[in-house]
Order: sequence, then structure tokens, then C-alpha cells
Amino acid sequence: MMPALNLRTVVIVALLAALVLLPVYTGLTGNRFLVTLFTRILILALAAVSLNLILGYGGMMSFGHAAYLGIGGYAVGILAHEGIVSGFVQWPVALLASALFALVIGALSLRTRGVYFIMITLAFAQMAYYVASGLSRYGGDDGLTVYKRSQFFAPLDLANKTQFYYLCLALLLAAIYFVWRLTNSRFGLVVQGSRSNDLRMRAIGFPTNRYRLVCFVIAGTMCGLAGALLANHTEFVSPAMMYWTRSGDLIIMVVLGGMGSPFGPLIGAAALLVLEEALSGITEYWQIILGPLLLLVVLFAHGGIDGLLRLARRKVPA
Amino acid sequence: MSEPLLQVERLAKRFGGIVATDDVALEVAKGELHAIIGPNGAGKTTLIAQLSGQLRPDSGRIRFGGDDITALPMYRRSRLGLARSFQITSLFLDFSALDNVALAVQAHAGHSFHFWRDARAEPELRQPARAALERVGLSNRAELPASALSHGEHRLIELAMALAASPRMLLLDEPMAGLGPEESARMVDMLRALKGELTILLVEHDMEAVFALADRITVLVYGRVIASGPPAAIRANDDVRQAYLGEAEAVHG
Repeated sequence: MMPALNLRTVVIVALLAALVLLPVYTGLTGNRFLVTLFTRILILALAAVSLNLILGYGGMMSFGHAAYLGIGGYAVGILAHEGIVSGFVQWPVALLASALFALVIGALSLRTRGVYFIMITLAFAQMAYYVASGLSRYGGDDGLTVYKRSQFFAPLDLANKTQFYYLCLALLLAAIYFVWRLTNSRFGLVVQGSRSNDLRMRAIGFPTNRYRLVCFVIAGTMCGLAGALLANHTEFVSPAMMYWTRSGDLIIMVVLGGMGSPFGPLIGAAALLVLEEALSGITEYWQIILGPLLLLVVLFAHGGIDGLLRLARRKVPA
Repeated sequence: MSEPLLQVERLAKRFGGIVATDDVALEVAKGELHAIIGPNGAGKTTLIAQLSGQLRPDSGRIRFGGDDITALPMYRRSRLGLARSFQITSLFLDFSALDNVALAVQAHAGHSFHFWRDARAEPELRQPARAALERVGLSNRAELPASALSHGEHRLIELAMALAASPRMLLLDEPMAGLGPEESARMVDMLRALKGELTILLVEHDMEAVFALADRITVLVYGRVIASGPPAAIRANDDVRQAYLGEAEAVHG
């Protein structure tokens, strides 16, 4: 049977094709800036994919997700500062540190629900922010320049912008596939069931908190990877990476793209950052335009942009 | 005489000044259908919540199959074979009917730290779930999202979920709540078919159903047991008549 050709599939395939072909286009036109912008989009999309796992599928409204960006980033930055530039050391440390941080936050915060959960995750992320600000050896408030990108084996060179772009794209697509598999597995169904009706899940025999905690740690680890990428991309880490407004940006990406949709976070990240870029070119007060746009999407499209695309599919007769 | 499957001793629960469960003792023999009746606010749902582990009693003891389960969390009790249906329909509305029941199967099929395989393609989860749906007559609705099904069908999914876990005992909290006469009759038939095969504790307002189904009845008023015995004895009991049965007598004419 042929899969139905619908607007949503078309948009996603076109987006993916554009992402794959982007460096070719910029190579021809010499517009290097686009590669930089889209590398950033891919990295933040990866962070949004990880947030979507707990927020969209797990119903865990973490308001401190940017903390992992910072932890992954600082792991790379600090190790590079101390002369350890091997990615085979830096990246596992980034992932492990993020996982441990998530384990501690999760163990303490997952007993709570709703506003309390939001406030606790926010508090922990702000704590991480202030700790980073106090690291005077590593630049404190001013941040830390990463003079050398992570070193891997011979042909892979992260300083090569095209190579780095494709690495980010590959990791993002792998993450989307991983989350998709995860959410359809036994584990994923438990996490989603717990979002839908936690009391019932416990009544039918699931110790839901340990599944939610594992999910929280997986998401934190994935976001730590995004942090390691971001440090390599900007060649700079600073406490601002984990400020609460950055966590807010990630939530906006997830909600804008579509919570609980595999490609939603990528669509949301691309839409938000491209809009930001385009609008800031028109006027200094671009946020005045962006704000109402976001409001409209939240008010009228419950599943975000991806939800709108699905709706379009439903209206097309089969 | 063998030991009862469920044994409740001196159970008590207070909410501030209100005594919701007052020194309740209860025994349910294996294979018995035991009904709990009582006027609104008698503490029936509070009692079920304590039996299932949703609420901790202030004092007293609950034994199930010889084990003291008073302090066990809900999921452990469920694993011991104590399955509960909810008074207010409590389903995963964004999942299909089959998904709902398959989750109940999954809860008792080892741990769920499986991250890769598509759970909806696992026959060991789907087949028992289909069987349970067939048992309650919902096979043809299996693939529909739970949110698209009627209230009566939700009650049947509730029952199928309880059955799918192959429990030793069912705690049914008002399975007839909100059902029309036809749907109620269907549910009574269903419970009659389950009777004998499973031990059932039934909390129900529908007196006709209770007297038709129960082997034994316990009457709860203001958290206290005022009578317990076979239906005929309950009907004849003066205390019960006085406290409660006026309306039920009207039903029976």
C-alpha cells in the first residue's frame, strides 16, 4: 500500500531534504552564515527533542532543561581549558555529568507534580547557573572561550563547518529515531500512560516513578550531548547557556512544533529561530511580532505546527 | 474451612474529624462474591482505596492470601493479584481500547525497561488483551481510541483491564455507575459469569444487582459495619432496614 501523500509528510520530507542539501546550496552561493544558523537550529532542536521526551510524552513540565545544555557545554569547555581536547574523553564526561545531574534532580523533584515540579526544576537550573557564574577559574560570569574544538579520529574534523553541520544533523536524526522507538516500546507506553493517568498506572501494577526517573535521565543525557555540540559550535561557554529564559526557549520550541510529536521539536526549533532571524532583520522590536504569533499558535493549534499539519491531512478526502 | 482470601481487621481511617472507616472487619472467602452496600458517604470508596493501597489506613490490618499487605504500595498489591476497577472511569483516553487493556497485561509481564521493540507488535501483550476484550464483548471496538467510546463501553474496558491481569481477586467500585438499564443488565450477566471463577468484592449502589449476585453482603453506615451475612439475612435485618434499606425495599416491591 502506498503511504498517503499528505501535507504533513510533504513538509517533513521537504524540511529534511532542505537540511541535507543546505551545505551544498551555501557552497554554491558562498553564504556561510546560513550553515552557522542552521547548525545552531539543529543543536537546539536536539535539546528540544530531549525536552519533548519528558514534556510531550511524559507530561513532566521541566523548566530547567537548559541546565543540561550548560553542563554538557561546560564539560567540554573546562576539559579543553585544562588541555584535554579529545572528544572521546570530553563527550562521555558531558553525557555522564548531565545524566548524574538529571538523576539527582529527578529523584528529588519527581515526587511532586504540577507547579511544584516546575519550580523545583527551575530552582535547580538556576543553582547550576549561579555555580557556573562562580567558577572564577573558568571565566565566572564572563564565560570561557573554547580555543580548540573536540578532537576525534583523523577524517572527522569538527572545525570544518560542513562536517560539523552534518555531524549535528546525523545526531539529531538519530535522536528523533531513538525517541520514536522509545515512545512505542513498553517503556514508552508506561511513561505515556503515567502522563495520561498516573494513579491508574500504579493501580494496574506499575511502579511509575522509577520509569519516569529513567525517562528524565535519558532526556537530560541527550540534552547534555546538545550542550557539548553547542560548546563546539559557539567555541564559547557561559552561564547564560543555562539561564531560565533559555529553558523557556526550549519549551516554546516544543510547544510551537507540537508536543508529543517526533518531528515537532525540529519544526518548532526551525520555526522559532528562523522567525527570530527574519524578524530581527526587519525591526529591532521583533519580539513584539513574535509574541502574538506564538500566542496564536498556542491558542488555536493545540498540537502546535505539527498538529496543524495533521489537521490539514484529515480534511483531505482519502 | 480454609483461610479467607481477604481478611480485614480493625481497619480505621480518619480525615480530620470525620471517621471514614471505623473499626471495619471483613472476610472474603475464596470464590465468593462479596458485596458492600451502604448509603452515600458510608465510606465504601474509602474502604476500596485502602484495600487497593491508594490510601493508607490509620490503623488495622489487611491480609491477602495470607500476606500482610497493609503497608504495600498499590503496584505491589496489584502484582499479588488484587485488581481494582474505578468508580469514576479512569482510562488512558488517548490510547486505543486494546492499548488500555494491553497495558494492564504488560504490568504483569515482567519489568517494562524495554526501550526498543514496538510494544504494540508483541503478541504476548496483545493476545491476552484481545481475549479480555472479547470476554467483555468489545472485540469489534478494540482499535478505536478510548475517548471515542461510550460510557458503558468504558465500564467494560475497566472490567477487561482488571481481568487481563489474571487477578486472584477483583475489587469493583460501582461497575454499574451511570449505566442505563440495558447496559446494567449486560454488566450483571458479565459478573455472574465471572463469579465462582474469581473472588470479587463488589461495591455497588444498584440493589437489584447486589441482591441478585452476592453470596454475602456487608452493610456499611458512617464507616461502621452494621451487618454482614447472606442476602436473605441482610434483607431481614432490622438495623439494616432502619438505617438504609427503605429505598431498596421499594425496588423489590
